[in-house]
Amino acid sequence: MSWIGHLVNAVSLGVVYGLVAVSVGLVFGVLRQVNLAQGEVIALGAYSLWMTRDLPVVVRILVCIGVCVAMSLVIQVIIFRPLRGASALTTLIVTFGLSYALEGVWTIVFGTNGQPVSMLSSLNQVVVGGNVGLRWITLVEMGVGGIFFALLVLVLYGSKIGVMMRATAEDFRTARIVGVRIDRVVTLAFVFGGVSAAMVAILFTVQTPLVTPTLGFNLITLGLVGTVLGGIDRLGRATAGGFVVGFVNSMLGAIIPQELLVFLPMLTFMFVIVMLVVRPAGLFTPKGSNVERV
Amino acid sequence: MIPLLRLDNLQVTYGRVVAVKNVTLEVNEGEAVCLVGPNGAGKSSTLLAVMGAVRSRGDVFLRGTSTRGLQPEALAHLGVAMVPEGRHLFDTMSVKDNLVLGTLARRRGRTPRIDERWVAELFPIIGEFASRRAGLLSGGQQQLVAIARALLSDPDLLLLDEPSLGLAPVAVDAVFEALERIRAVGVAILLVEQRAQRATDFCERGYVLSDGEIRLEVTEGTSEDPESLMAAYFGR
Repeated sequence: MSWIGHLVNAVSLGVVYGLVAVSVGLVFGVLRQVNLAQGEVIALGAYSLWMTRDLPVVVRILVCIGVCVAMSLVIQVIIFRPLRGASALTTLIVTFGLSYALEGVWTIVFGTNGQPVSMLSSLNQVVVGGNVGLRWITLVEMGVGGIFFALLVLVLYGSKIGVMMRATAEDFRTARIVGVRIDRVVTLAFVFGGVSAAMVAILFTVQTPLVTPTLGFNLITLGLVGTVLGGIDRLGRATAGGFVVGFVNSMLGAIIPQELLVFLPMLTFMFVIVMLVVRPAGLFTPKGSNVERV
Repeated sequence: MIPLLRLDNLQVTYGRVVAVKNVTLEVNEGEAVCLVGPNGAGKSSTLLAVMGAVRSRGDVFLRGTSTRGLQPEALAHLGVAMVPEGRHLFDTMSVKDNLVLGTLARRRGRTPRIDERWVAELFPIIGEFASRRAGLLSGGQQQLVAIARALLSDPDLLLLDEPSLGLAPVAVDAVFEALERIRAVGVAILLVEQRAQRATDFCERGYVLSDGEIRLEVTEGTSEDPESLMAAYFGR
C-alpha cells in the first residue's frame, strides 16, 4: 500500500479516537472527572450490534445508541452522582475498577474469543483502488465524525443548554449560583457521551468486526491518552488530541517493519510522552496556560 | 411581618476551621442591609451559606420557609441572586452569554420588575462591549456585568460580596450609584463590605461581623457612634 493509503487509514482511525475523546471529554468538561468505564459503554454497544445481528441495520444502530445512552446514564446515577464533589482521583479509580469488572462480565457472558459483528461490511469495499486503497468506511467515518462534531459545536455555542454546559465547564459553582440546573446539564453530558460511544462502537466494528472483552479498555486507554495530549480541559483540543493519537498509532503501525509490530503501543506511548514533556498542558493548549492537574 | 430572609444561629465550618460561629440576622422586603467586618470575619461564608453553596448548620428562612437542603440553583429560582466575590464571570464566554445565563433563574408566570431593558438603561455601557469576551474587560466593567447578570434573574434579594473590591474610586462610585437604583425598585440587598463607612452610609441597617459572630447591629441611630462601630469591627 502506498503512503496515501496509509494516510487514509490513519485519518480513519484518527476519527474513531477523536470520537472516543469527545465521549470522555464531554463528561470531563462538566464534572472535571474522568470516566474510564466509558470504554465499556462502547464495548456493550458493540456487543449489542452482535446480539441484534438478525435485525435490520437501522434497528441495530438505534438499539446500539439506546444501549450506550442507557448504560452511560446508569453509570452517571450509580457512580458519578454519589461521588459528585469527590476528588478526580476517586472517580478515576472507581471507574477503573468498574471497567475491569465489566470486562469480566463480558468474558463470562460473551466468551473470551470474541463475537463477530458483521454489519455494513460492504462499506469495506474500495472506492479508489490501486495504491490509494480508499474504502467507503473511511469516507463514512469522516462524514459521520464531522457531522457529529459540527452538531456538537452547534449545540454548545448556539443553544441555551449549550451556554449552560459551557458555563458549568468553566465554573461549576458560579453556574449553579446563576441558576443552571446542574443535574440536567450533567445528564445531557452523559447522554451525548453515550451517543458518541455508540458512534465509536458502530464505526469501529465495521472496520474491525471482532468484538472482544478488552475492546473497550483498549479504546479508552489510547483515547484518554489522546485527550490529555490535546488538552483535556477543552473539548475541541481533546478531540484533536484523540485524532492525533489514532492517526499516529495507525501511521506507526504502517511504517514499522512487521516483526516490530508488538512494540507499536510502546512507540505510540513514547510519542505521547515526548510530546507531553515538551508541552505539558497539551499539544493544542497555548503556551503559558495553566496545566490541568488531575 | 415575616422577613424576606432570616438567618438563625448560622454556622459554617470548613473541616476544623470555624468560619461562621453564630450569625442571626434579618433582611426585610426591599431593605438594604450591610454586613461589615474585617478580612476573615465570615462575611463571604455567610452569603455562600444563604445561597446554599456551602454546607451550614442553623437555619436559613426565605419568606419564612426553611431553605435547608436546597441547592444554589434552587435558591436562584426562588428569587435570590448573588454577585460573588471576585465577580466570577464566565471569562471565556462573551458578555452577552454571561447575561443570558443571568436570565435562567427568572421566575415563570410573572412580569419581571427588572428585565433586559431595565438593565440596559442602568448600565448603558455594557452594550458597548456585549460581544467581547468577559475575561478581557477591566475590573470595573466586569463588576457591572456581574451585577447585571445577577439582576437579570429579577431577584427579590440581591447578595453582594465585596462589589467594590479592587476597583478604582470612580468604578466604586458607579457600583454604589447602581445599587441605589436597584434598591429604589424594591430589591432587597444584603451587602458584604470591608469599606464599613461606605456600606453603612448606603444601607438602612447593618451588622458588624467579627470572628464569625455578630458583634453589633447598626441602625441609623447607632451609626453616628463611630467608636462602638470600630470596637465591634476589631472584635472588642
